[in-house]
Amino acid sequence: MFDQISAWFAGLKADFILNFVAENRWQYLTSGLGTTLSLTLLSTILGIILGVVVAIVRSSHDKLRDDNRGGIGRKILGFFNAVCKVYLTVIRGTPVIVQLLIIYYVILASSNNKLLVGVIAFGVNSGAYVAEIVRSGIMSIDNGQFEAGRSLGFNYVQTMWYVIIPQAFKNVLPALANEFIVLLKETSVCGYIAMQDITKGAYIIIGRTYSPFMPLIAVALIYLVLVMFFTWLVGKLERRLRNSDH
Amino acid sequence: MTTNTQEIIRVENLVKSFGSLNALDGVSTTINRGEVVVVVGPSGSGKSTFLRCLNLLEVPTSGQVFVEGVDITDPKTDLNLHRQKMGMVFQLFNLFPHMTILKNLTLGPTKLQKKSREEAEEEAMRLLRRVGLDDRANAYPSQLSGGQKQRIAIVRALCMKPEVMLFDEPTSALDPEMVGEVLEVMKDLAHDNMTMVVVTHEMGFAREVGTRCLFMDHGKLVEQNTPAEFFDNPQSPRLQSFLSRVLK
Repeated sequence: MFDQISAWFAGLKADFILNFVAENRWQYLTSGLGTTLSLTLLSTILGIILGVVVAIVRSSHDKLRDDNRGGIGRKILGFFNAVCKVYLTVIRGTPVIVQLLIIYYVILASSNNKLLVGVIAFGVNSGAYVAEIVRSGIMSIDNGQFEAGRSLGFNYVQTMWYVIIPQAFKNVLPALANEFIVLLKETSVCGYIAMQDITKGAYIIIGRTYSPFMPLIAVALIYLVLVMFFTWLVGKLERRLRNSDH
Repeated sequence: MTTNTQEIIRVENLVKSFGSLNALDGVSTTINRGEVVVVVGPSGSGKSTFLRCLNLLEVPTSGQVFVEGVDITDPKTDLNLHRQKMGMVFQLFNLFPHMTILKNLTLGPTKLQKKSREEAEEEAMRLLRRVGLDDRANAYPSQLSGGQKQRIAIVRALCMKPEVMLFDEPTSALDPEMVGEVLEVMKDLAHDNMTMVVVTHEMGFAREVGTRCLFMDHGKLVEQNTPAEFFDNPQSPRLQSFLSRVLK
């Protein structure tokens, strides 16, 4: 009995050394972690910028629909609203892997910068989801807030910026955090365009050692720890933002 | 058409339709400086719509609104500049919940009138002392009672140094014991010769503070008169029956 257990542990140890220690294979995971994190963070930034802009265009169009002032501005807004609708439909209607491959092989085929391709693909993808999250946040703010801003003499954009967006952001923070977590895990498909993130790193190790157990469990644990860390961080931010409603 | 210097707001043949419903059906009147115009009428009579058309929160279907002689329904007019001259107080206060009271009061003056923060805060504190709420400057709106919120909302409008104040049922959402404190502030303003347009159900206030009362029904301006005549000697049968019901 004891022999069996110690043999099992010895096997684990040998497996561990083979997969991570030998030939410094752990470096596949650490450099992969760097790729995963930079890809996720840059895509998040792009996604939030795109998402907020699209959300503002969409909700402005809906809000100003029955305001009969402003002729040419309304037409321009109508045009951008249509563009945003197409963007949302296409991006949310197709799988992210397909989008990634199209951007890599077709749209940016001449680019050698894989990180750039990844950031654009995941950022543009995430932006569509962020847009709908932020829009729901804007719609959730009582119209009286908007009227109060306008009655003081703020224009539409100023009212959005000073009054609506700060409140909307606080309301949608949990949903945005969720989107961030989804994005973090979604970047694991970037191996399709030969980017070496942690998932791909594990895959490379398995290719050398023919031993899938340790690398895959290690990668799963790394994702889990990352998600738990970011969830904790967002929770802290939420509590800080909540100090205005007692 | 000549513009006399006393006139501050003039509305001409204002119509506002929501679908097939005419909330406002051809209202014309002039509001002069120093007047306290009280608008009364049954609910659904269009009095709030009328008030909200004065600063174009509601865009009229037809008709014109002149502020200091300028037609603000003309798309070429800088509406935001004219709105700064017209402070508005809402039934549901509409304070900005994510800002402290002081920030609520100084947002407009610092961002729109390019005042320094110190200058704006000094003015805000002066007005807060006037309504007896200077000790709540760093509180958030959610920490205040309804009456306090409404007094803050009045101060927020006053911080923009408006020429005229619009009140949209300012006491309708308040607990009965808090109505008095808000009316006191409004009386105080009236005594300082602030031009006011007040939509309200407070008949006592209309009679005591108003300089002119308007009665609206079905989107029309049915009758207007001095408070004494308005309440003691109503002309139209509709106003008579309205008063007999609300003054019981």
